Amino acid sequence: MTAATPERHEPSARRSHYEVRENRTVAPGFLQRGRRVWEYRELLGSLTRRELKIKYKDSVLGFLWTLLNPLLYLVVFSIVFAVFLRTNVPLYGVYLLTGLLAWTMFSTGTTGATISITGNGPLVQKVWFPREILPLSAIGAALINFFFQFVVLVIALVVFQRSPAWEYAPLLVPALLVTVLWAAALGIVLSAINVHYRDVQHLLELLFLAWFWMTPIVYQFDLMGDLLVGRGLSDRLAMVNPMIPVVTTFQRVIYNPTHEIGTEAAMNFDFLLGRSGLWYLENLAISGAMAAVVLVVGVKIFGKLEADLGEEL
Amino acid sequence: MEPAIEIVGVTKRFRRHTEPNKSIKERLLYFRKNEVREFDALHDIDLVVVPGETIGLLGHNGSGKSTLLKCIAGTIRPTTGEIRVRGRMAAMLELGAGFHPDLTGRENVFLNGSILGFSREHVTRIFDEIVAFAELEEFIDQQVKYYSSGMYARLGFAVAVNLEPDVLLVDEVLAVGDENFQRKCLERVRRFQTEGRTIVLVTHSPDQVIQLCDRALVLDHGHALHVGETAEAVRVFRHALHASSGAHDPVLAEAAAAAVGGALTIVDATATASDGTDTVRPGDGVTIELRYLATEHIPSARARIVITTHDGVQMLNASTFDLLGHDLGDLHGAGSVRFRIQRLPLLDGTYRVGVVLQDPSETFQYDEDLDACTFDVFTGRPITGRVELAIEVEHDTGLPAA
Repeated sequence: MTAATPERHEPSARRSHYEVRENRTVAPGFLQRGRRVWEYRELLGSLTRRELKIKYKDSVLGFLWTLLNPLLYLVVFSIVFAVFLRTNVPLYGVYLLTGLLAWTMFSTGTTGATISITGNGPLVQKVWFPREILPLSAIGAALINFFFQFVVLVIALVVFQRSPAWEYAPLLVPALLVTVLWAAALGIVLSAINVHYRDVQHLLELLFLAWFWMTPIVYQFDLMGDLLVGRGLSDRLAMVNPMIPVVTTFQRVIYNPTHEIGTEAAMNFDFLLGRSGLWYLENLAISGAMAAVVLVVGVKIFGKLEADLGEEL
Repeated sequence: MEPAIEIVGVTKRFRRHTEPNKSIKERLLYFRKNEVREFDALHDIDLVVVPGETIGLLGHNGSGKSTLLKCIAGTIRPTTGEIRVRGRMAAMLELGAGFHPDLTGRENVFLNGSILGFSREHVTRIFDEIVAFAELEEFIDQQVKYYSSGMYARLGFAVAVNLEPDVLLVDEVLAVGDENFQRKCLERVRRFQTEGRTIVLVTHSPDQVIQLCDRALVLDHGHALHVGETAEAVRVFRHALHASSGAHDPVLAEAAAAAVGGALTIVDATATASDGTDTVRPGDGVTIELRYLATEHIPSARARIVITTHDGVQMLNASTFDLLGHDLGDLHGAGSVRFRIQRLPLLDGTYRVGVVLQDPSETFQYDEDLDACTFDVFTGRPITGRVELAIEVEHDTGLPAA
C-alpha cells in the first residue's frame, strides 16, 4: 500500500535507558523528587527565561527597567535620608540598597513562587512535569534579577570609591544559598496551598510588609542588638528572623562599615564591625538549617496536595 | 514484550463540595454545613496497552475518559491503583497548552518542547520540521497572540507530534484546523502507527475509533464497560448512550410544536431496522417514519429526509416529490410518512436522520428537525469507507510477462 515501509521505531535503541514513568497512589519521596527536578533542569531554565522575557515584553526600555528600579531607590533614598532625615549613616542609599536587594530577591521569589501554580493553570492541568519546577522557576527569575540589580550596586561602589570587605566576601555564597533555600522552602508549600486557599497570596503581602520592617534594612542591626544586649540577652536571639543573617552579611561585605571606623558614624555599626566572620557564618548556618526543615516538611505537604492540582485549579 | 502502558486497579475518587468555598473564612464559617459528596470518577480500571497499539478511550461526557487520560499523563494522581508508562510520553491534552501569548512562535516551540520533557538539542534538531508541518514559516517569529486559533492549534499539534514520543496521548484534538490540516494530522497519526508507536486516543466519536484504533476501552460513569475489538466496543458504547439519554417523549414534542403555532409540525421521526432495533445488520433495510400533526387542512406538502454521516457528510437527501413524482396531498390531523429503504449499502457507523416538512414551492418550511433520530449500521466486516459496494475480486496468476 505505502511506497516505502517506514523504519520501525525502537525506543530503547535511541536512549540509554528506557524511561519508566509511574503514577501511583503514594507520593514520591523527597530525594526522588529532587532527582526528578534535576532531570527537568532544562525546563527549569526555559521557564525561568520565560518569566524574565515576559516581564518586559513589549516595553521599549525592556530589561533596563530592572536596573532603573534600584537606581531610583539609590537616588531618592540618598536624598530623603541625607537631606531631610539627616541620617548619620554615610552613603545611606548604598546602605539601604545593599539590604534591600537581598530582601527583594527573597520576597519577590517567594511571592512569585506562591502564585506560580495558580498562574499556570492550563499548563498544570494538561501536562505533567515535576510541579516544583514552577515555584522554582519564579525563584530562579528573582535570582537572575538580583544579579542584574546587583550591577547597579557595584557601579555605585565604584562611583563612590568604596571598596567592599574582601575578607568577608566568601560569606556571600552561603548568604545567597540561604536566601534561595528560604524562598524555595516557603514558595513550594505556599504555591500548593494557594490553589486551595487564594487567601495565601494576600496574606503573604501583609506578612512580607511586617517582615520587611522587622529586618534591619532601612535601619541598622545595632538598634536590635542594643535592645537585646541591654536586657541581658544574646544578639543571637534576633536570628529567629531568618532573613537577618542574610541581610547583615550583605551589609558587612558590600556596604563595608569598616570605612567608618574612626568616625562618629561607626557607632551605628558596633555589632557588624565587632563580629568575626564565624559569627556571620554561624547565623547563616542556623537560618539555613531552619530553611531545610521547612523545605522537607513543605515538600511533603506539597506532595499530598499535588494529587488533585489538575482538578482543583 | 513489556507493555507500553499498564493500568492496575485505578480508582479516582473526587470530593465535591456542594459549593466550592475558596477562602479560609468561608471554609471556617461553613465548616460542617458544607456537604461533601464523594464519587468515583474512575472505578477500578485495568488496562494493558502493548507497544505499537492504538487504543481508544470511548465514552460520553462525564464517563471518566478524560480523567483516565489525565491519570496516564500524570496531571492527577489516582486514589488507589497504579499506572506505569514506558518510554517518552507526549500528551496532547490540549493543543498549545503552555504556549505563552507574549512569546514568539519560535520561543514557544522550545518552551513547549521542554515542558513535554524533551531537550533543547532535540527540539533544535527537528525545529524546521515542526515549522514546516505547521505551515508557519512566515509567522514563526511573531508573538503567538497574533495567531489565529487555527495557527495556534497547528503549531501545538506540530510540536507534540514531531517530537516523536514513544507514547502519544491525544484528547479529542484531531478536530482542529481546516480539512486540509485535519487530513495531514490523520496522515501523521497513521505514520506514527506504522512506526510502532503507542497512541491513546480519547474521543466520543465512534467513527474515529473505528478509523484509527486497534482496540477500545468503553467507559461509562467511571466503569469499564468493555475492552476489546473496536466494532464491538462501538456497539457497547452506543447502547450505553441510548440507555442514558432516555426515550423521546412524543407528547412533549407535540406540546412544544403547538406552542410554536405551526399549522404543520413534526411530532417525531424514528428509524427502525427490519429486525425492529436501531442497528442495521447485513441484508437488513431500514424504515424511517415521520409522524406529523396538521392543525389545519393543508392541501399539499412535501416531506424530505436527509441522512448524514456522523461527521456531516450527506449520504441522501430526497423529498417525497423526488421519490414519487408528486407531493403529499390532503394533510389534516395526525399522520405519518414512512420511507422504507429496502437495502442500505452503507458501511459501519452512526447515521443521523433529519426530516423536513415543506411547502411544494420549497419557499418555506412548516417544520424541520435535522437531528430527529439516528441509526447504526453494523456489517461486522473490516472494510472502511462509506458505501458498501458489491465487489468481485479476480486474480490471475502465472501470466506471461509482457
